[in-house]
Amino acid sequence: MSIQKIQNNKAWFLVMPVLILVGISAIIPLMTVVNYSVQDTFGNNEFYWVGTEWFQEILVSERFHNALLRTLLFSGLILAIEIPLGILIALAMPKRGWSVSVCLVLMALPLLIPWNVVGTIWQVFGRVDIGLLGHGLASLGIDYNYTQNILDAWLTLILMDVWHWTSLVVLLCYSGLVSIPEVYYQAARIDGASRWAVFRFIQLPKIKRVLLIAVLLRFMDSFMIYTEPFVVTGGGPGNATTFLSIDLVQMALGQFDLGPAAAMSLIYFLIILLVCWVFYTVMTSYDDDEKSNGGGPQ
Amino acid sequence: MALDNKKLAMASIQLQSLAHRYPSAPDYALNSMQQNWSDGGAYALLGPSGCGKTTLLNIISGLLRPSEGRVLFDNVDVTNLTTEQRNIAQVFQFPVVYDTMTVADNLAFPLRNRGIAKNEIEKRVADALQMLDLQDRANDRARLLSADDKQKISLGRGLVRTDVQAILFDEPLTVIDPHLKWQLRTELKKIHQRFQHTMIYVTHDQTEALTFADQVIVMYEGAVVQVGTPQQLFETPEHTFVGKFIGSPGMNVLPCEVDESYAIFAGKRILLDRTIEKTTARFELGIRPEHIKLSPSVGMPLTVTALEDVGRHVIVRGEIAGTQLSILVNDGVAIPENPCVSFDSAHINLYADDYRVGSGRGD
Repeated sequence: MSIQKIQNNKAWFLVMPVLILVGISAIIPLMTVVNYSVQDTFGNNEFYWVGTEWFQEILVSERFHNALLRTLLFSGLILAIEIPLGILIALAMPKRGWSVSVCLVLMALPLLIPWNVVGTIWQVFGRVDIGLLGHGLASLGIDYNYTQNILDAWLTLILMDVWHWTSLVVLLCYSGLVSIPEVYYQAARIDGASRWAVFRFIQLPKIKRVLLIAVLLRFMDSFMIYTEPFVVTGGGPGNATTFLSIDLVQMALGQFDLGPAAAMSLIYFLIILLVCWVFYTVMTSYDDDEKSNGGGPQ
Repeated sequence: MALDNKKLAMASIQLQSLAHRYPSAPDYALNSMQQNWSDGGAYALLGPSGCGKTTLLNIISGLLRPSEGRVLFDNVDVTNLTTEQRNIAQVFQFPVVYDTMTVADNLAFPLRNRGIAKNEIEKRVADALQMLDLQDRANDRARLLSADDKQKISLGRGLVRTDVQAILFDEPLTVIDPHLKWQLRTELKKIHQRFQHTMIYVTHDQTEALTFADQVIVMYEGAVVQVGTPQQLFETPEHTFVGKFIGSPGMNVLPCEVDESYAIFAGKRILLDRTIEKTTARFELGIRPEHIKLSPSVGMPLTVTALEDVGRHVIVRGEIAGTQLSILVNDGVAIPENPCVSFDSAHINLYADDYRVGSGRGD
C-alpha cells in the first residue's frame, strides 16, 4: 500500500525570503561591480562594452603586482607573528581563579577599539615630535621616522596590528585549551611526556579547529586592512605601504577609474577566496579521511 | 629520586594515616585511613559516586598530594614523588588516546619518553599489540578505534613498560558496551594472572568489583568501611552500608532494641548468638533477603506490597510494623496467601550505630 503523493513545487516559495535577502545584500551589489568591470565610460552616463580588457590590464599591471606582493607580505608577517604569539600567550594564561577574568578582560580590550581610533593612537604614538614611542626612540638616539623610512613604516604597522589583533588569536586558542579534559594531562604525566610532547600531541591537535578559524580570520582581516595604514601612513612613504585596499580606493575614488577598479575588486575578492580555500583544505585534510566513532571526551 | 627499575617491578602499597581535604572545602574528602595492600594483589575500591574512591586513586598515582599522611610503595615513602617518578600506570574512565598518532605510536609513546632503545620499543609494542589483539589495527589512527579498543590502548601504554609497579583503573568500563564489558574484564583478569602487577580497580559496580578483585575495599562517605573477600562482604558486612550496597536486593536493615541475648523487632524477641550489653547506641539487625523464610503460619505476619520476578528468583517486597523488607524466594516455591516471616538466626548480624557488633570496631 502506498501513499499518494501530491507533486508540486510550491515548497520553493518558502526559500524566497532568503533568496530576496541574499539578492539585495550580496548578489545585486556584486553584479553592479561586475557590470562596471566589463564597460568603459566617457562621462554622461554612457557606457561601452570592453569585455575582459580591464582584467587583462590589471593582471599585467606592475602597480597591481606590487600592491599584491606588499599585501601578501603583510599578511604573511602578521600570521607568522600573531599565531605563534597568540598560542604562547594562551598557554601562559591561568586556567582557574580570579586572574582568569582579569586576563580575559585585558586581552579583549584592544579588540573593542574602533579601527580608525587604533590608527590615530598609533599615528600619534609614533610621531617623533610628540609621540611617546617616536620621541622616546629619538631621545635614545635611534633614528626612527615612520613617515620617511620604509622599514620604520612597516614596523609600526605590524606592531600596531599585533597589538590590536593578537588578542583574538589568544582568546580563540584559550577557549580551545580550556576545553581539553584534565585526564589527557594526567595520562601524559603517567606516560612521562615532556612539556613539548604535551603541546605537540595533546594541545595542538585539540586546538587545531579553533586555530584554523584564527588563521582564516587573521588572514582575511590583514589582507583587507585599510583603515589603520590609511590613518597612520596614508600608503607612504612613497607607495611603501600602499596595500591592495588602499590602491583600490585611490583608483576608484581618487582617479575615478571605475572600470579597472571594478575589475581589481573582483580579482581581489577571488584571491581572498582562493587563499582561504587553500588554508582550509590544507588544515582539514587530516580530518577528511576519518570519522571518529569512539567514545571519550572530544 | 626515582624508584629503581626492576625486571618485574611491582609493589605493596601502604597508606599511613592518609587523609585528604581539598583546599577551600570544609569537609574531608577522605577520612584518615590505614591500609596495607600486598604485592601483586587485585584490589577493587567499591563505593557510590562521591565516596572518595577516585580521590584515593589519584593520591596513589601521585596526581593529587594528600593533605595528611603518607603513601608507601614497598616501604619507600613516595608521598612527595611526582606521578612520573612513581612507576604506575593508570587507565581512566574515558579512554585517553593521542589522536594524531597511530595505535602503535600510542603504545610506543611512554617508552620513547623514557628514552628506551628503538628495537626494544618495537619488540615490546609488538608484544603488547598481540596481547591486546590489536595487531591488525597497529597502523590505524588511534582516534578511529571504538571505545573498547581505545581503552585497550590506554591499558597497553601501561603494559609496554617494564617499570610499572601498579596499574590503577578508574571505572575503566564506564563507556564500554555491556557485551564487551565481560570480554574486557576477562582479558584484564588474564593480564593480571600473567604479569602479577598490583592492580587497583575503582568502580561503583559491585559485579565488576566482586569478579575482578581478590580483596574488595568498600568506601562510604570518605572512609573505608570494610576490606574483605567478596564472600566476607556478603556474609558479614561490617557496616550497614556494605550490607545494603552489596547484594541484589541488599541486606534488610531493621531497627531493633536489645535485651541481653535477644533482639526485639516489632515486638518479637529474636534469639541472638551472644549477649549484648545495653548501651545508648542505635541498634539495628541485618539479615539478607536470602535468609528470611516465608511460611503460612510461623513467625511475624508480613504485608506484601510487591512481587518482582527476576528470573530464577522472586523478590517479595513487604512491610512489618512500617519497616520495609525484601525476601528472596526461589522460583517455583509457592508464596503463601498471608505469609509470615522468620529469620535464620545463624545469618543475623547486629549493628550498633551502623557498625557490626562483634567486629571489634563498633562496640
